[in-house]
Amino acid sequence: MTAGLAIETRDLERRFGRFVAVDRITFDVREGEVFGFLGANGAGKTTAIRMLTGLLAPSGGQARVAGHDVYTESEIIKRQIGYMSQRFSLYEDLTVVENIQLYGGIYDLSNAQIRERTDAMLSQLGLTGAAREYVRAIPLGWRQKLAFSVALLHQPRIVFLDEPTSGVDPITRRQFWELIYAAAARGTTVFVTTHYMDEAEYCDRVSIMVAGRIGAIGTPAELKQQFGAATMDDVFVALARPAAETAGSGAAP
Amino acid sequence: MKALAGLLRKELYHILRDRRTLIVITLIPVVQVIIFGYAIRTDVDRVRLAIVDPVPDIVTLELRSRFAATNTFQIASILTSLTSPTGPGDVDRLFRQGLAQGAVIFEPGMADNFGRGIPANILIVTDATEPNTGSVVQAYALQVIQAYEREHGAAPGMVRITTSVRMRFNPTRESSNLFVPGLMAFVLTIISSLMTAITLTREKESGTMETLLVSPLRPWQIIVGKVAPYLAIGFVSVLGVIAEARLVFNVPLRGSLLLLLGEGLLFILVSLSLGILISARTASQRVAMMGAMVGTMLPTMLLSGFIFPIESMPWPLRALSNIVPARWFVVVARAIMLKGTGLDYLWRETLVLLLMAAVLLTLSTRSFHERLE
Repeated sequence: MTAGLAIETRDLERRFGRFVAVDRITFDVREGEVFGFLGANGAGKTTAIRMLTGLLAPSGGQARVAGHDVYTESEIIKRQIGYMSQRFSLYEDLTVVENIQLYGGIYDLSNAQIRERTDAMLSQLGLTGAAREYVRAIPLGWRQKLAFSVALLHQPRIVFLDEPTSGVDPITRRQFWELIYAAAARGTTVFVTTHYMDEAEYCDRVSIMVAGRIGAIGTPAELKQQFGAATMDDVFVALARPAAETAGSGAAP
Repeated sequence: MKALAGLLRKELYHILRDRRTLIVITLIPVVQVIIFGYAIRTDVDRVRLAIVDPVPDIVTLELRSRFAATNTFQIASILTSLTSPTGPGDVDRLFRQGLAQGAVIFEPGMADNFGRGIPANILIVTDATEPNTGSVVQAYALQVIQAYEREHGAAPGMVRITTSVRMRFNPTRESSNLFVPGLMAFVLTIISSLMTAITLTREKESGTMETLLVSPLRPWQIIVGKVAPYLAIGFVSVLGVIAEARLVFNVPLRGSLLLLLGEGLLFILVSLSLGILISARTASQRVAMMGAMVGTMLPTMLLSGFIFPIESMPWPLRALSNIVPARWFVVVARAIMLKGTGLDYLWRETLVLLLMAAVLLTLSTRSFHERLE
């Protein structure tokens, strides 16, 4: 593995029959960075994430996650990554603490580790009082923050977040991003997809997928400059619109 | 193993906290056996009886009142003539319309013959489309008649009234008092496969399954985590159903209880595995539920030998019945309960069930892998 790279892909490809969902993408994610993985619905983001997390086998190309090959070392990769799915990843009929214990056990943490990290997590989230509440009883924003913290419980090197903030209010979104920065500050690489372009501005670097390919990649400032756009929103529209209307012209109107 | 233990605990929480479902799944087998059991039970009462009495006299009138006095019979209609006792006459019409389930036909001049010691003939006709009712009607009707004979001084060995019995519509009937063991198979298959099918697809729908798949858990661990807790619940159901068979339906248990419990558990494992396989290959709870119902209920009902005897099926169906798990368990349960057979004669069926469990579990583990491809 190239030193300092959390994820590297080379011509990574996934076909479903004749449909090419991910079309030979090549990109790197550096260790410790917050990497925004953007793209319109159906552009291939989720397929790419599923390949990187071992949920889906690639059709071609190479990918290494945390320095390990996705084809041959997926079991090692699984211990190095955390994942928060687009849908909800906690059990609603278990309490907050039971969910934490469950995932702690799945990732082979000792009881002492689980206890210690549970306390730290709950006090950081301000959820100590709700430790024995059923997850279904706590508000959505808190649940999302809890799900994120649970994904980090085993201290993975990389955490994958698939649209973690969809459906939550702006204040909770802001708090959520504070959690992301805190994780990044501890050295965790954060790989996050989002549809909120203001969130894209918070990322160290972003890539924008268009029709299965990486349409653009760079820091938010670089991309805005490259597309002569004022905001990431404009960059996204400039890239995504031509693909949505007709194949062809790559520039913004 | 810590991971697996956690998984098992979590599944147990799911089960115990969903009280309503827990009660439903533990009670359903017991309740179903009661309902089905009484629906198919062999005790019969208030059978609608037609009496054909061309020339009423003191003998026929007394017999008529004796029939009317039993709980078994109620006299539905009294005919004074009979076009033809075996042809499509009045009795057949009553049978077809469901107005009578049995008929007692007296010959003219009963009292005369009886008094002179000449055999007097009574014909009992039953509707054998309901074979159980038919045979019970015969037996009770004979009892009534024989009691009358005894009380009126029929000397031992000397038949004063001869009865001949005909069964209409279905003269060759299969004995169906073997239904309770079959019922156990039926009820346990459905509930078991349904339970696992639903719980696994629920995790798929809610999104937690993805989180489990991304974790270091192996597919077999996820499957064991799902199957083991429900095996425990299934065991409770087996106990309940066996107790019910003994206490409510008086089905004998001539063989070893331990063997029966073991075989029951094995059969539940097969059914649970079937549910897992179904849900591993379907995306939504609704589809999984349909799959589990159709995939288990119909084959178990039709091809297990529970209701319809397999021996009398054409060979393609006989061959097909071999892949129905209940077909093997029905044999095992009947043999243990009714004949007291031991494992030395049932090893073949047991082996088949073990093989089925192994194949189903392997297939479901593999289809977990395939989802990732």
